[in-house]
Amino acid sequence: MIDGVIALYIFMLAAFTGYEVISRVPVILHTPLMSGSNFVHGIVLVGAMVALAAADSTLLRVIGVIGVFLAAGNAVGGYVVTERMLKMFVTAGRKKG
Amino acid sequence: MPSASTLQTVTQLSYLVAAALFILGLKRMSSPVTAVSGVRWAGAGMLLATLVTLAFIMGASPLNLALVIGAIAAGGILAWVSGKRVAMTNMPQMIALYNGMGGGAAAAIAAVELYRGSEHSITHLTIATIGGFIGSVSFSGSLIAFAKLQGLITKSVRFGGQKFLNLAILLVTVALGFVVVSGMDFGSSLGGLPAVSLFFAFAFLLGVAMTLPIGGADMPVVISLYNALTGLAVGFEGFVLDNAAMIIAGTVVGAAGTLLTQLMAKAMNRSLGNVLFSNFGESSAAGGGSVTGIQKAIEASDAGVMMAYSQKIIIVPGYGLAVAQAQHKVWELTQLLIDHGVKVRFAIHPVAGRMPGHMNVLLAEAGVPYDLISDLDEINAEFETADVALIIGANDVVNPDARANRASPIFGMPILNADKAKNVIVIKRGQGQGFSGIDNALFVLDQTRMLYGDAQAALSQLIQAVKAAG
Repeated sequence: MIDGVIALYIFMLAAFTGYEVISRVPVILHTPLMSGSNFVHGIVLVGAMVALAAADSTLLRVIGVIGVFLAAGNAVGGYVVTERMLKMFVTAGRKKG
Repeated sequence: MPSASTLQTVTQLSYLVAAALFILGLKRMSSPVTAVSGVRWAGAGMLLATLVTLAFIMGASPLNLALVIGAIAAGGILAWVSGKRVAMTNMPQMIALYNGMGGGAAAAIAAVELYRGSEHSITHLTIATIGGFIGSVSFSGSLIAFAKLQGLITKSVRFGGQKFLNLAILLVTVALGFVVVSGMDFGSSLGGLPAVSLFFAFAFLLGVAMTLPIGGADMPVVISLYNALTGLAVGFEGFVLDNAAMIIAGTVVGAAGTLLTQLMAKAMNRSLGNVLFSNFGESSAAGGGSVTGIQKAIEASDAGVMMAYSQKIIIVPGYGLAVAQAQHKVWELTQLLIDHGVKVRFAIHPVAGRMPGHMNVLLAEAGVPYDLISDLDEINAEFETADVALIIGANDVVNPDARANRASPIFGMPILNADKAKNVIVIKRGQGQGFSGIDNALFVLDQTRMLYGDAQAALSQLIQAVKAAG
């Protein structure tokens, strides 16, 4: 289990990682990268799945279903639009050669 | 059948692998050459985490399992279809929409954990509440951003005392958050269902109230901010659920998104606080009247001849290009000009369009090689040697008032120095103002000629004119 201080370490290291990963990005990739990071937080899906699986009343099931539905939309939609955008950069890059 | 603890270990290790794939994926997405493989790596991580989680919850009741699978299918298929269909020009609002969904999901997790009651420690409850708050604001705020960019909401709602009302909503939400946490911990009668419901209702209201007054020109910054907030909310809920993949992925996005937001705000020479709390556009009524002079029109045939016999042309695309879906036409014109021996470059302002990089995506869609495309720092010195600066549906990003006129609301914003070119041709739908509602001093300069019309139609005429000239 993740206790308080360990969680703080994870938070801190992950925050530095996020900052570093994005700090040398050319402007032309800002929108795809925003879209890509939007996709990555679609991982909320696994949390929503666990929460719904453990639901034991109608109210919790309703909220859980909404959560899983929204999270799946975030993950799948985020992936589809990011891939579509980035594919164009590949085509454009090849044409120059 | 593996034992429960084995399954637990396998799940945790898979989450670790997924988190690593996300980070490597984002890293690869930061270079055009590896970008597509980057999103696929991250996608593989997501698939792995989802499948392992599905295996992990197999012990749940059949009803819950069916609901999980049904909800994934419904949300996934809807998003798949809409994501495949959306036009490239509408990409920013789709990102806002999917981001809002993620924020909503984080809020839903918080709601489930809070409604379930006091099986958590006070630390967990507090973090669940904070995550729920951030997720809710991101959810409703992103939906408003989506509605604005989609044109469902056209007016920016502003009224006197608005900041105080928003502050009041914020304070009520925070107070309700305290009631929720303390109510559960001490078993007070205040806590429980009504307080939790009210807390979420006010958090949603705050997202709406915060976003309504923000003008369209600032939307990219706002969407980026909500993207970072959703990441943060996901990280917090990950802590509540003891889920390392959510903590790492959420926090990485939270940090990366914050940096991206700062970069964007900086490109507009505005602070984040300024974007969120000042009523941009309001002050332009005072400063806007300063532009005097008349706009001089030009026929497409004349403009075409001028361009065909130029040495060097710099094209500045803006939102008008996106609206008219004219990215293919502009590339056709460019190829034609290159065949004529003209040196053509594209100059992209960091906030051209509705998002940083929006124009790059559109030009990439049309097949424009990215070595023809330059950003502000690279190209600004070159305008002086350009025979023609062709402005297509851009406005505020080429307004020289940002350099020279202290009274202008956009004073200090870095701009593309299109006014330094020998000739300026502006393709524009009409004589109106830009998105920020500010008059543009560039349009009345001596060397500027206006080519009125929709970008698609105007570019078609230019193509004809260049063909006729050569």
